[in-house]
Amino acid sequence: MGPIYLDNNATTQCDPRVIDAMMPYFIEQFGNPSSMHSFGNKVGLAVKKARAQVQTLIGAEHDSEVIFTSCGTESDSTAILSALRAQPERKEIITSTVEHPAVLSLAEHLEKEGYTVHRIGVDGQGRIDLDAYRAKLSPNVAIASFMWANNETGTIFPVEQMAEMAHEAGVMFHTDAVQAVGKLPIDLRNTHIDMLSLSGHKLHAPKGIGVLYLKRATRFRPLLRGGHQERGRRAGTENVPAIVGLGVAAELALEHMAFENTTVKRMRDQLQDGILAQVPNAFATGDVDNRLPNTANIAFEYIEGEAILLLLNKEGIAASSGSACTSGSLEPSHVMRAMGIPYTAAHGTVRFSLSRHTRDCEIERVIQAVPPIVARLRKLSPYWAGDKPLAEPEKAFAPSYA
Amino acid sequence: MWDYSEKVKEHFYNPRNAGPLDGANGIGDVGSISCGDALRLMLKVDPDSERITDAHFQTFGCGSAIASSSALTEIIKGMTLDEALAVSNQDIADYLDGLPPEKMHCSVMGREALQAAVANYRGETWSDDHEEGALVCKCFAIDAVLIEDTIRANNLGTVEDVTNYTKAGGGCAACHEGIEEILGRVLAERGERFDPTAKATPAPAMGNLARIRKIEQTIEQMRPTLQRDGGDIDLIDVDGNRILVSLKGACSGCQMEAVTLGGVQQKLIEALGEFVKVVPVGAHAHAHGSACATEA
Ligand SMILES: Cc1ncc(COP(=O)(O)O)c(C=O)c1O
Repeated sequence: MGPIYLDNNATTQCDPRVIDAMMPYFIEQFGNPSSMHSFGNKVGLAVKKARAQVQTLIGAEHDSEVIFTSCGTESDSTAILSALRAQPERKEIITSTVEHPAVLSLAEHLEKEGYTVHRIGVDGQGRIDLDAYRAKLSPNVAIASFMWANNETGTIFPVEQMAEMAHEAGVMFHTDAVQAVGKLPIDLRNTHIDMLSLSGHKLHAPKGIGVLYLKRATRFRPLLRGGHQERGRRAGTENVPAIVGLGVAAELALEHMAFENTTVKRMRDQLQDGILAQVPNAFATGDVDNRLPNTANIAFEYIEGEAILLLLNKEGIAASSGSACTSGSLEPSHVMRAMGIPYTAAHGTVRFSLSRHTRDCEIERVIQAVPPIVARLRKLSPYWAGDKPLAEPEKAFAPSYA
Repeated sequence: MWDYSEKVKEHFYNPRNAGPLDGANGIGDVGSISCGDALRLMLKVDPDSERITDAHFQTFGCGSAIASSSALTEIIKGMTLDEALAVSNQDIADYLDGLPPEKMHCSVMGREALQAAVANYRGETWSDDHEEGALVCKCFAIDAVLIEDTIRANNLGTVEDVTNYTKAGGGCAACHEGIEEILGRVLAERGERFDPTAKATPAPAMGNLARIRKIEQTIEQMRPTLQRDGGDIDLIDVDGNRILVSLKGACSGCQMEAVTLGGVQQKLIEALGEFVKVVPVGAHAHAHGSACATEA
């Protein structure tokens, strides 16, 4: 029995076809696409092809709207900082409380530099408060940045509608679509989304390659200036093998889009239902009817996520958790806190994220493995007695300090 | 994934003394579910000898919290209460062949549960003023609360000061931005601004000679303990913040040596008020230092 990888929102395995396509660009086709000789020329054509493949996946109108970057984080930073530099008179940013640190840490840093950051909250299912969002749109806002899909729960934000609202208010709109691209159909030409971030390693391309989509005529200021690569919008010699790999991965993602939204989704549902049917005091978090097809985030009450992961790992199952302990911080995941998930459950959340490589037999094995692991940890927990939590756990367990 | 020692994993996968203990006469509860860590330690104490005849635990927490609880019960079984109270969180970590810096608080919690359980047995109430902040310095496991308190108590103004007093920032230096931020906040409270070009307050003026005397004294004080265990320690040289010592006898063996050096180093840091590294030299010298020494 091989290991079971259900942590595809963290990163994915490179598709073998992606690797095959990349290899020549390390060996024979090692030239610099900017060079005049034939070593460079073919490489330039390969980059052009990859750009078109990405363009097709995200439905961009022009291939020049695709800018290759080094990762999703770079795309996020480029987008937000560009909007601020291009519109120096606008000093406000709107985002949500549940963004990835790629956006939240930057926003926090910008706040220290004097910008105003509006963080729009979510409800118990992780759904964005659209009225609060609308209320913050104004001519003082340089950019509204909202993730397309949440990395922890898979919850989808109505970013097309939100981009429309921003457009009407004359505000630039960026979306961190790192988790959405490749899992959801995207057709940017028919939206008012000005900028979009994606990252190769979430869709079976290698790590260290990303894209910033920049709608034509959106005012832009580069993060890295230097050579004329990417039409001067992102200087630095292109990571050609990874770009070629991302192109192929984009094409494969499009081919598997239906599979992802039928078979992968069915497996995800079976996994979630299978676990919840057997384990008491457990529930799925996020907007379960409107989330990524591959993601199930389950909260197990009265036990701690890292301990669950260690025992899963021992059974050869890889998943991840929003517990404080896995990150070495003191607080459980900001996404769980933003949704108001009680502490009794927030520390015990486990994210299972599937991919097109996931198999039915693997799902069955996980469904069998989880209940005994949860039972075992609950047996150790001072909040649990027999087959249920203590009636008043906070009272029965009386620490001298908390 | 954390870099847990085999011993941590083993205690996590096969925890000793887990579950309720019938007839426990000393119970200590620490932590809470909101912190993500909670531990109940249950002791059975023989009233005549004050010896711990049995110890059990229940823990809500991560792998190292469970392993630390398990280790603690193993360590204290058979000890008298006074012996048990002398067990430090470092002892728990050492028993487990070390814990990642982010996880040292798990061993602290074990120690606190022990104090609470003993207090409960003795009919006293135990309270703790321990407040934990976000981890800032990962090399030496120093949190924000400790840094803030130290800055306030000593009127510190530079990152170097903070390093001298708390060790924070003395390793890889990646946390200097975080330390500057805390300095900025605390200095603002007293109406000052953080100045990155300011000179560090000279370390509590200790001349070279006084410093070496202090080192000698500190080592001298630790000697009897080491000799009792059949070992000995000699100061060889002081080279900046490196203190070269030679270990003899029972102290000089991998495991014991690492433990001893860690203890000596801790005492020296406290005595000198600065970060120093204890390095073993001589015939029995080993490549092992304490966790801190290797990190610096
Ligand atoms: C929503 C989201 N945004 C941004 C990122 C960062 O992407 P990268 O690792 O390519 O920088 C991630 C990946 O963890 C993500 O899930």
